[in-house]
Order: sequence, then structure tokens, then C-alpha cells
Amino acid sequence: MTLNGKPVELDVPESRYLSEVLRNDLGLTGTKVGCNEAECGICTVLVDGTPVSSCVYPAFKARGANVETIENLSNNGSLHPLQQAFLEHGAVQCGICTSGMIMTAKALIDDKGTSLTEDDISVALKDTYCRCTGYHSVVRAIMQASGHDVAPSPPQTRPASAAIGQARPNPNARAKIEGSARFTDDYDFPGTLYARTKRSGVPHARIRSIETSAASALPGVRAVLTHEDVPGHKRHGLVIDDWPVLCGDKVRYSGDAVAIVAADSDDIAAAAVDLIEVDYDELAVVGDAIQAARSDAPLVHEGRDDGNLLKHIKVDKGDIEAGFAEADVIVEQTYRTQATEHMFLEPECSIGVPAGYDPTEFGGVLDAAAVRGETAQHDKITIYVGSQIPYQDRSQTAAALGVEPDEVRVVATLMGGGFGGKEDITGQIHAALLAEKTGRPVKMLYSRRESLLVHPKRHATVIRIRTGAKKDGRLTAVQATLYGDAGAYASLSEKVLGRATTHAAGPYDVPNVKVDCFAMYTNNAPSGALRGFGVTQSCFAVESNMDTLAEKLELDAVEIRRINALDVGKTTSTGQVMRESVGLNECIDKVAADMRGNDFRWTWEEGSSRFAWGVAVAYKNTGLGGGAVDKAGAEVEAWADAGKATRAEVRISSAEMGQGLPGVLAACAAEELGIPIESVNVLLGDTDFCPDGGPTTASRQTFVSGNAVRLAAQQAAEKLAIDGDHVLVRYDYEAPETQPLGSGGDMHVAFSFCAQAALVEIDMNTGEVHVRKVVAAHDVGRAINPLTIQGQIEGGIVMCIGFALTEHYIQEDGKPWTNVMARYKIPSITHTPAITSHIVEHSASTGPYGAKGVGELPSIPTAPAITNAIYRATGVRVCSLPVDQDELLRAMREGSSTVELAWGDREPIPAIVPGGKR
Amino acid sequence: MTTASTNRWEHYYTPATVAEALEILRRYDGRARVVGGGTDLLVETRRGLHRPVEAMVDVTHIEGLDVITSDEDNIVIGCGVTHSRIVRDARILKYGMCLSESCGVIGGPQVRNVGTLAGNVAHALPAGDGTIGLLALGGEIEVASDDGIRWMPLQDSFKGPGKSFIDRYRQILTRLRFRPTAAGEGSAHHRVMRPQGLCLPIISVGVRLQIDDANTITDARISMGPVGPVPYLAEPAMEVLVGGPATNEQFVRAAEVALENVELRTSKYRASREYREQMVRTYLPVILNRAVERANGAAS
Ligand SMILES: Cc1cc2nc3c(=O)[nH]c(=O)nc-3n(C[C@H](O)[C@H](O)[C@H](O)COP(=O)(O)OP(=O)(O)OC[C@H]3O[C@@H](n4cnc5c(N)ncnc54)[C@H](O)[C@@H]3O)c2cc1C
Ligand code: FES
Ligand code: FES
Repeated sequence: MTLNGKPVELDVPESRYLSEVLRNDLGLTGTKVGCNEAECGICTVLVDGTPVSSCVYPAFKARGANVETIENLSNNGSLHPLQQAFLEHGAVQCGICTSGMIMTAKALIDDKGTSLTEDDISVALKDTYCRCTGYHSVVRAIMQASGHDVAPSPPQTRPASAAIGQARPNPNARAKIEGSARFTDDYDFPGTLYARTKRSGVPHARIRSIETSAASALPGVRAVLTHEDVPGHKRHGLVIDDWPVLCGDKVRYSGDAVAIVAADSDDIAAAAVDLIEVDYDELAVVGDAIQAARSDAPLVHEGRDDGNLLKHIKVDKGDIEAGFAEADVIVEQTYRTQATEHMFLEPECSIGVPAGYDPTEFGGVLDAAAVRGETAQHDKITIYVGSQIPYQDRSQTAAALGVEPDEVRVVATLMGGGFGGKEDITGQIHAALLAEKTGRPVKMLYSRRESLLVHPKRHATVIRIRTGAKKDGRLTAVQATLYGDAGAYASLSEKVLGRATTHAAGPYDVPNVKVDCFAMYTNNAPSGALRGFGVTQSCFAVESNMDTLAEKLELDAVEIRRINALDVGKTTSTGQVMRESVGLNECIDKVAADMRGNDFRWTWEEGSSRFAWGVAVAYKNTGLGGGAVDKAGAEVEAWADAGKATRAEVRISSAEMGQGLPGVLAACAAEELGIPIESVNVLLGDTDFCPDGGPTTASRQTFVSGNAVRLAAQQAAEKLAIDGDHVLVRYDYEAPETQPLGSGGDMHVAFSFCAQAALVEIDMNTGEVHVRKVVAAHDVGRAINPLTIQGQIEGGIVMCIGFALTEHYIQEDGKPWTNVMARYKIPSITHTPAITSHIVEHSASTGPYGAKGVGELPSIPTAPAITNAIYRATGVRVCSLPVDQDELLRAMREGSSTVELAWGDREPIPAIVPGGKR
Repeated sequence: MTTASTNRWEHYYTPATVAEALEILRRYDGRARVVGGGTDLLVETRRGLHRPVEAMVDVTHIEGLDVITSDEDNIVIGCGVTHSRIVRDARILKYGMCLSESCGVIGGPQVRNVGTLAGNVAHALPAGDGTIGLLALGGEIEVASDDGIRWMPLQDSFKGPGKSFIDRYRQILTRLRFRPTAAGEGSAHHRVMRPQGLCLPIISVGVRLQIDDANTITDARISMGPVGPVPYLAEPAMEVLVGGPATNEQFVRAAEVALENVELRTSKYRASREYREQMVRTYLPVILNRAVERANGAAS
């Protein structure tokens, strides 16, 4: 074939797919693989000018053809106009989809030239998915590259200083655009073995026996390990160590790991896994949180005092009875939210490299100067992984290996999306165990199927919520009862559902609040962190009730929110008095003004469609809070010339998953040192070189790591001013102290606020729902980089549209129905509405330059804004997500006022008792 | 659960003639399989849903079968022709609109750029979109085997869901054809989807109508899926239409008759029976009206 303009002759097996030949045989790793099932489109390359999915395109079909990949686009350092535009518009976040996007777009531009329209882009990119950007920046970039006059349009913010408030591409974006950025699977250590995991496949069973001899005997198999081969601690877990590294006595969900295999090839490893026989005594299954709470429910974990109750989380403020007695109107409803999946487009991959690994033994090269990668010395066991919490990967792996944490090194590679789904251990420990055992590098790459099966999901919840208010709209009391499906292992359930609990009265000043939340163990996939961290769920219930209340009181939906909105001087449901940085009212004003524009109508008809607006507001804590020590260490090394700083390197072990952290940290250092942002190099996530930046969760990185870098850089600048041309400063930043839940004190260092309005179109013939427009305003304290914030907001909104309309990780009695990507649709470009985004900046005095977190906030209120609009258009209140057009149409036809069945639900929402008494 | 083993073939052939392709199939005697774009077969193979074969015989490179041609009576589509090519073809846009529409909704561009209409037909799903479109047009297919080459009506190839009378280990669907719509004729296709779950239509409907100057329907074809194990030709509804006026009342009646004669089913996570019925009630008249508009447009 002709590849990127040059003829290539290859001698490869006829059974290979084009993606394999490109990536493995030719080392062209710019083409990525996300699913291997023709769904995601990120593997797109051009064959004779047309985009094809290389993962299902047989290499031999391309014989004699002209194949073009991302590597062909930039030559000698100059970028193709598309690449340049993607860079300028911030259309690259994690970057895993970027080459597929650009190649698809290239074919389109080659075909249409300047006659290209946004509709053409929508058609062409329909099956090329991006989980990060929400597609807006992608459309803008393609329009610009095709010759239209589309300048980047980051939202308006306060005037920028030298480095803060500057809209800039993320420093690592360029490599992603060129296809040279390396994600874990792009590393190719000489001598690598390939690993696979034997999964339980049954949700709940006692293990009678595990038979591995046939697998071990298969030629090419180098190691087969079971629970007996775990030398150290046999369980891991971020909060409670209840998750077996390898199951020995019992399995608790379908994705449990029972044995692991390393072999010469992935096919051999897969064949070996099929040869492992596990004999089970199957046990009765706990299928959901409500069933788990019944006294006769089977036990997921034996020997606990509370049965399947993982944690009862409470909020108690004021006098709830008195609050309702005072109310003129009370609204009560039970809602249900579904389990959802992160669908980061890069499946999990870990590579374990054994201590003392010598690449020359396997035909590689050793480079004494290299510190990481294929040519480097590895003096201790090292794990290459795209991880949200490198230091916890290290401690958990060390524990399993039975060694001290500093005997393990974790090198965080680029991450193709995380969204909370790459916080828990997946293959890290397994790869390390197999590397130790075999003395070879071991790559454990999950298939999409395995990724779907294994990693924690968003908690499915049932939420009963009662809201009381006076005639004038002032809230008097909110009582909420939540059941959350924690799945088989604790993961971050306590924290996530804690957030659902504390935010269950909404961003309002409510004098009397009572919330009871029950985190329940079940035999479903574990639940953990997913953007929004529990607040997405409770916000749906809170904001739905607020609209119902407004209707009963004949108040405007915007007005009722304004009346109750938190503000400086008001208190949250946990008793925290807000002293500063509450921009909620300004957010509401901005959104209302924009929505109301000219000829405003809440709802109208056009042909067979009905249109309506819906609004919702939200808030989200910044930082861990609740009394947890929230710290980050950062190193800043700076060089000066004649007393003036010239360049700097920032080192911190925080994770970049595409959200733009390196850009934020570089800006902080540049501002303090008085140097251009480009003169700051940011090194993230190598535990041997970078201080611990803590977990990338709870929208905390800008705040905590940003402060650490800012203060380190400040000291560096001071020292440089006094003497020398080179300094190294390490600063350990600790966020202001917070108080635990229940104490009534300051639970969090800051909160971010937002308001969103969604314009929704409902096809009255089919019940189909389309979001046409979203107007949003987010109070982020200070926008350090407006371009990346815009990306976070657009991406977050579109992700929440998925939560409202398309996504449901379906499990039937502990067995996932959602077992391939084709069964889980994330929003595509065709689901993307027009988005107008405003930035509000109410400074947080303790944040870096006033900034607070924004990563999660945008993906919280969009869903209730949509369902509130649906109610306004149809009179039907959707109580269970995601919206099912079949049920919605039925409700409209039958004139019923609620929909209790979401797509994928088998039963109506179960009744629960307020306060959870049974 | 088994880890999806990567079911592999040993040889991948791209024969240049039908004879060569048949010869390879004969040699492998059931251990080789015909493949078109592979967008169904290879995805399913990767998932471990097919018995492994030793060889794949790719029929998209056969000379003369990778083009759309027309003769006196028919528009003829070779088995190597992709959906993208069909959608862009000016003749099909003019004389077989419902095929263009139905191939145009399949997958995304990456799938349409390699997936073929022949593969869609041979895959024999109850609601393969291209198949529904071609069925409405009254399509025929040509099958080559050791016994020779023969044309047959499209609907005679369906055996059951995913099952075809074409033996995909020994026979090749070489060409597909239909009679172009003439003056007074129009066709249309529509499908209803949901944004979640599998990318399979809730209902896919195609129609072809012929009307005379007095607005009387002189010929009608209605195809639907999924309404049973195989793509369905709604003959009772067609009979209601022929000889009657091309009015909305008639179309509403045709929808009712179509529904009386089929047993729509509730399918898990896709649609309830009631919903499907409602969609037929709503959309069959809509696309019949559209076909009338097109018939009139073409006539004027
Ligand atoms: C993401 C995605 C979305 C899709 N969306 C849709 C959709 O919306 N609607 C829809 O209808 N389909 C859809 N499909 C299915 C598929 O793309 C189409 O059915 C396509 O037309 C199949 O054609 P192919 O050439 O790729 O067939 P292949 O996969 O090559 O073959 C399909 C079957 O037919 C046999 N076969 C193929 N060609 C011949 C021949 N010439 N003679 C004899 N046997 C043959 C094969 O052995 C196999 O059994 C989708 C697929 C994917 C991956
Ligand atoms: S479509 Fe090829 S990897 Fe997803
Ligand atoms: S940037 Fe598109 S998936 Fe991350």
C-alpha cells in the first residue's frame, strides 16, 4: 500500500486489521483505538481519501490502496490548517479522539472546501465521538480550517494579567494534534508480555475451585496467577480496603478478577483465560439498593454489623417538623437516577516494568540519560498508567506486593479521559504482579468490553424529596431520603453519596433540612466517582421539585430560585455560613436575561414539535472538605539571567485528563515569576520526581495544586531576586481547615455556582427529545484560562445531556446488559445544542488568584433543566432518567402527569419511606 | 464470561473475478466466508459471535461489480458498491429515492464508506435499512454459485432473522437491481430510532407508489421492519391502496390494514408494541404522502 505518500511493503499475517498494522507493525501510534467495534470512530484513517474505521478494516483489504494517517498532516513542524485550528479553538482536551476527528474532518474539507456548512460537519462526524469537548470547539475549528472566519470566542472574563485570564491552548495539545502524544498503550517496551484477566462472569458466588493448569500449559503463556500469588495485602480500596486483588473465596460482581495471565501475545493470553476453569456455588443476587436494604436480603459482605449498609449519611439542620408545619405548600416526589458509565474513549491500560529491566536483553536500546520510557533504566518496579491518583496507585500496589510505597514508582502517562473513572485500581496491581513474576514488561490493556464490565459507575439512586415553602416562595423545609447503589465494593461511595447528601437541599438557604442517605452494597458493578460526584443525582430531584413548587405557587421558575438562592451571609444545609464568593444570583440574572431576550415565550409549537425552556441551578464544593486534610506538594525549579527569571519547571503529581491542568499550573508559575507561560515546563505525575498532588477529584486541582504551584513560584521568585540564577523550591500547600459533616462549621473551602437554561424540542409524534440550546453561567471565582474553562463547560453540559437522554448502564440481576459500546450511547455531535456560556467571577480569597473549581459543575443542572422544559411543553413530569420517548409518548397520549419508567428500567420507581424507616 | 477472543482467519482473499471467488469458496468447502465491507461480519467476528473460518473472501474488489450501472429496464448495483456511493448516485436519487434515503441513515460515514448494500441484504436482518428500501422498490438480486447465476426477487432470499437462503460460505450475491421509478411514480423511506442502546430501528418503512392522472393509485409497494422474522412486504395494505384514490384517508386506512395483518412485538430496550403501532400509524401515511408528492413532482 501507499502510506502517507510513500509506498510500503509489509510482510504481516493476513489476519490483521489495519489499526493493528499501523500501530503495532509500523509504530504509527497516532491512530488510536477505543472500542474495536466500529462504534467510536477514533481509529479513523483515510483509505483512498475516505474515512474508515481502521479497527474493523482488514489490512489486506487496503492492499494497493492509499492510506493516510494523522502522522501525514504536519510536516517539518508546520501544522495543517485543521491542526492549527484545533489548537486555537481548544478542540483538544484529553486528545484520544483528536486524530480520528481530524482525519474525518480532513476528508470533509478535501471534499467540500469553503462551501462546508455546520450541517455537513454534523453529518460527517456523527459517529466520531468525543467525550471531552462537547463538540462545539471542534465545529468552530473545522469551520475556521475550511476558510470561514471563525475566531476563537472564549467567554468574557475580568481583564487578564500577564498570565492569568489568558485564553491559551493547553501546553500538551500540540503533541496530541500531531499524533505524537503517547498514551499508555502507545508505549512499546522491548520484550513486553500481554496480560488478560479471568473475570467471574457471575454476580455472586462462592468459589469452589480454580483450575489453571490447562492455561499454564498453553505454549506462549508465561505466568498464571491467582489469589494465592498475591504476596502482600490481598485487598485494595480508596477508602475501605474491601476489594480483592484476586478473588479466592467469593465473587461479588460479574467483573471480579479471579486469575491473571501473561503471555507472548494478546491472542494467547485471551485463549489462556478461556482455559481457566472456575467452579462456583452461585448465591442469591442483590440487584439494587432497595432490595439490599431488606432484612432478608442476601449479604454481599459477610460479617458486618450493618448487613448490606455501607454507610448511613445524615444531614440535620433546624427542626424539620416545624419547617413543614410552617409551609403553605408541600411538594413531594420520588425520583430515580440510573447508573451511568464514564465512557472515556481510552480504555484502561497499565504497563508493569520490573525492577532491573534491561531493554538490551530484548533487542532494545539503553540510554543512560533517559529517565522514563522504553530506553530508560528502571531500578524499581514501575507502573505506567493513565491515572487520576498516581500516589494512591503507588501505595495500593506496594501494599499488594508487600513492599514499601517508595519501592514502587508510578509514571502517569497521558490519560484519554478520566471523569472519575480512573481513580480506582484496575490493572495496576495485576500488571505489577505479572511483571515481577516474569521479569518482563507486562501490558494489561482492557478491551472496551472489559472496561465496561469492571470499573466503577455512577451511583444509581432513588431519591424521595419533600419540599415545603411559604406562599411567597421562601423555602421552609427540605427532607430527602436517598438510597444509593454502591455496588460490590466501597470504592468512593461514602464520599460520593456524602456529596449527594450535603447538596440535597440545593444551593438554597433552607432553615430546616433533614437528609438520610443509605449507601448499600449490592452485586452490581461498584459505584464510584463520576463527574458531578453524587450532586448530579440529588440536583435532579431538588430542581424538579423546585419547578413543581413554583407551579403550585404560581411563581416564575426563575423567581423562586432567586428568592431562595444562597448568597453571602446565608447558610448551607450543613450550617456553613457563606462569607464570600457566592455568584449564584449573578448567574441566575445572566441566564435569565439571555434566555428572555426578544419575544420570549416559555413554550410554543411549530409543526409537530413543541418547544419549551427549562431552568435549573446548582452548586458544587471545591476540594475534599469535611475535615479531610487537603494538600498538595509542588516543586518549582527556576532559572534566571541577571536576576530576572527566564524559565521554570513545575513538578507535581496531579493528574491531567484533558481538563487543562498543565496550562493552569504554568499560568500560576508564570504569573509569579514574571515570565511567559511558554517558558514554563510542567511535569506531572511521576512519583519519583514529583511531589504528591493528591487525587484529581472533587474539582480540587486548580484550587489546591494551583495554590501549591503559585506559592512555590512566589518563593522561587523571591529567592531569585536575592541571589543566584537557579533555585529549587518545594512547597507543601494545605488548604484551609474544614469541619466534618454534622459539626455545622465550614465543610468546604469554597463552592462554585451555576445556572443553566435549556431550550428543548419535543416531537409530539414520537416523543423524541432534542436539546436545541443551552444558556449557562458559571461562577468560577477567577477564570485562569478562559479557553479551557469554556471547554470544561461545553463538555460538561453535553455529558449531562447524555445523563438526561441517552445513557444507562443496565444491569439485570447483577449481569450487565450493557456489555459492548454499541449498547451505550454517549452524546454524539448530533445531540449537541447551541451553547451560550457566561463566566461569573466572585473571587474566593483563598483560591489561587480567586479561582475555585469548575470541572464538575457544568454537568450537574443540565438534566433537570431539560426535564423541567419537558414538563412545561407536555405537562408530563419525568421522574426517572434517561427519558424514554416510548413512555413519554404514552403519558402524553394517556394524559398522565408523570413518567416513572426510564429507558432500561424494568419496574416503576419503588416506594421508599421518608427517613428510611422500614 | 469469556474474554472476547480475537477470532482470526488465516487468509484474506480479494479475488478479481466471480469465478475466482467461487473457486476459493469451493476449495475451502464451507471453511471460507464471503465478506463485503465487513461492518457486520467483522464486528460480530471480533465479538466471537461466528464460528471461526479459515479464510475470508472479500467480494468488493471484483471487476465490474464495484459500480452502479443501468440497462434498459433496471438500475444495477454491484456487490462491491458501498452505501456512500449509493447515497451520492444521481440516478438513484432521481429514480430510487427511497433506497438513497434508507442507505443514507445507516451508521455513520465510516460505516457507509465500507458497508455494502449486498452485505446489508445478505445479513438478512428484519429491519436492515437498505434492504427495506430495496424491498419497497421491488428489488431483485443475482446470486452466483457453483450451479450458475440466477436472478431472484429480493424477498425470496430471507429465511429468518439473520438467516438468508444465500449460503454465505458458498454463494455470492453479485448484483442487485430495481426498475427505476418512472413518471407518475415516487418512493420514500423513513425510520424511527431512539437515542439509546443498540443502533437498530424501532420501525423502518419504505414505499413505492404509482398514480395516474386521475390521482388513482395504480401500483403500490410497502415494506416494513422489524415486524416479524424477515423484512415484510405489506401486501394486504398494498391491495387496499391499488385502485383507490391517493388520499390521506386511504393512507390511514392502509396503515390500519397493515397493522391488522402483522403481529408487532415488544422488544426489550427498543420499543413497546403499542409504540411501534403508533409509529406505523403516524409515519406510513406521512411517507405515502411524500411518495405522492414525488410522483407528482416527477410527472410535472
Ligand atoms: C456502527 C454501526 C452502525 C450500523 N448501523 C446500521 C443501520 O443503521 N442500519 C442497518 O441496516 N445496518 C447498520 N449497520 C450494519 C451494517 O453496516 C450494514 O448492514 C451493512 O450494509 C453491511 O454490509 P457489509 O458489506 O459491511 O456486510 P458484511 O459485514 O461484509 O457482511 C454481512 C453478511 O453478509 C454476508 N455477505 C456480505 N456480502 C455478501 C455477498 N456479496 N454475497 C454473499 N454474502 C455476503 C457476510 O458473509 C455476512 O454474513 C451498522 C453497523 C455498524 C458497525
Ligand atoms: S471505531 Fe475503531 S476503535 Fe472505535
Ligand atoms: S478530547 Fe475528545 S475524547 Fe477527549
